[in-house]
Order: sequence, then C-alpha cells, then structure tokens
Amino acid sequence: MTDKPEPFDPAEERRRIIAGRNKALGLTLLACVVLFFAITMVKMKL
Amino acid sequence: MSTPQSQAVSLPASWRDFFALTKPRVMTLVIFTGLCGLLAAPVRINPVVGFVAILCIAVGAGGAAALNQWWEADIDAGMKRTRNRPLPSGRMERESARDFGVMLSAASVMVMGLGVSWLCAAILAGSIFYYAVVYTVWLKPRTPQNIVIGGGAGAFPPLIGWVAATGHVSLMPVLLFAIIFMWTPPHFWALALFVKTDYAKVGIPMLPVVAGEKVTRQQMLVYTVLLLPITLLPWWIGATGVLYGVSASLLSGLFLLCAIRVWLRERQGEDDRMVPEKQMFAFSVFYLFALFGALVADRWLVMPGVLH
Repeated sequence: MTDKPEPFDPAEERRRIIAGRNKALGLTLLACVVLFFAITMVKMKL
Repeated sequence: MSTPQSQAVSLPASWRDFFALTKPRVMTLVIFTGLCGLLAAPVRINPVVGFVAILCIAVGAGGAAALNQWWEADIDAGMKRTRNRPLPSGRMERESARDFGVMLSAASVMVMGLGVSWLCAAILAGSIFYYAVVYTVWLKPRTPQNIVIGGGAGAFPPLIGWVAATGHVSLMPVLLFAIIFMWTPPHFWALALFVKTDYAKVGIPMLPVVAGEKVTRQQMLVYTVLLLPITLLPWWIGATGVLYGVSASLLSGLFLLCAIRVWLRERQGEDDRMVPEKQMFAFSVFYLFALFGALVADRWLVMPGVLH
C-alpha cells in the first residue's frame, strides 16, 4: 500500500522556507555574539 | 499573465539559495589557500585571531561571489553550467542578491579590521573590489585577457593569511600571490576550452572564443612555464625547506607535462571529448591543494627540524 503524495500547498511551503531562513539567521546572530565575545577577550588579553 | 519565473519568485528564497550565492565550492579553495598562507607564516598567531582572519576571507569571498552573480544573472541564464543558480532560475530577486553581497562584504571587512588588523581589512576590501568591479563589471565582458588580470582576485587569500600572522607584507606572501596569479590562466582556460560553446553563446570574450583554440593552448603553456620558476622561488631564497622544494618541482613538472599535452593537440571534430583538457583542469585543482599543502607541511615539519 502506498501513500498518496500530499498536494503542493504554496502557503505551507512559504511558511517552511521562512522558518528555515529565521533559524539560519538566528544561528548566524548567535555565532556573531560568540565571535565578538572571543575577539574582545583576545584583544583584552584575558 | 504569470510566467514560471514570476511564480518561482513569489516564494521567498531559502537559506540554501543564499548559501549557493556564495559559491561554496570556490570558497573551499579560498579558505584552504588563506589557511595555508596563515599556517606557513613564520609567526604563530592566536588561534582566535587566525580563525577570524580565515572566516573574514571566506565571508568576503562569499560577498564578492554574490555580487558577481547579481551582476551576471542574465549571462548565467544563457549558460548550461550556471542556469540553475538562484537568480537565473528565478528562485531569488536580484536586489536580494545585491544586498546580501554588499552586507557580507562590508561585514567581513569591518570584522577583519576590528579583530585582526586594518592592513588585512584594506587588502580584503581591495580583493573584493577587484573581483566584483574590476573583474566582473570591467574586464570580463571586454577583454579576452580577463582571466589573467582577474586571476589576481583569487590570489589574495594566502597573502591576507600571511599578513594576518606577520602584520606586514613581505616577499614571501607576494610570491604566494604570484603563484595563484600565474596558475589561474591555464586552470581557467582548460575549463573554457571544453565549455567554449557556452561562453560564445552569451558573448563573453574568453580567449578560445576570440583568439581560437590554438592561441589559447599556446598561452596556457606560456603561463605554465612562467609558473614553474615562481613556485620554486620560495625554496631558492631559503624561505622553505626541501619538502616544499621537491614537491613543487614534481607538481610543477607534471603540470607542465599536462600543458605540453594540451598544446600539442587539436580538437578532433565536434564530438571530441576533450579528455586532456579536462584532465588538466582536474589536475590544476589538485596541484594547488598539493602545492600549498606541501608549503604548510614544510613549515611545520622540515623547517623546525622535525624531519631531516
């Protein structure tokens, strides 16, 4: 028995793409925070 | 009436499309050569500062690549090799690519200046401008020597890596720059020989299109001959040890053999599979990885006396 393929829903696809972009942006911002913290520590020679 | 392209654009571009704009495969070579420049320098660098330097080189290269794709979206749409990129396939708005490229470029230069040095930031800014404006906008559509001068853009990463470690420009990083500068024409023209029809279709004056294959094969040989002594100079001036010297001799000798093989042949009709040209292109990528790998191995194993 095979499942029927789900019909393409543009609204759902749009939501999925935006959620993916938000996650990627969030991770990038988090990485920037860690990076700037590390640079500050090195520059302050801590 | 909506076209397939407008339907595709109605969905937002995914993060994968933005990532693809940075040309990740090219970026691996940029990261590798930048890292080699950093590790081959005679000064040990703080690991965090070293990481920031490589990250900024990579992000700067990604920003320049995004700007390149923004400017060349129409050209990319006409070539089989590039028509599935985010812009020509209609998955992304052109302005998004432009803004993304400007943001990455500006951020990489700022962080390089704040975290590493302003000399490195200036060189990085120069390399981004060189690739996005001098090469992409000015030279590529105008002259068949586009690749020769444009190759300078790809030659900056080891120079920046070395300067990040030492804090100043000296002969050795300039030699690393010169190696990639001389390597680029035979590397890229080998590719242009077997994708010649695509470049001709979109009106890019690549040397095989404008001057013909015979001249291209001659020029590839000339640049490969010039490359050989430049790769050996670091050994001759005593900046590297025997491991690099022997590796550079062998690799450059093999690269020269590839160039001679390509120079001696002619295309055998339209069905020619161009095997020697494809092999030279593949070897050119291996060549650069192996040469810079040998440079680092030499610095870490031979020069401190680990190997004799």
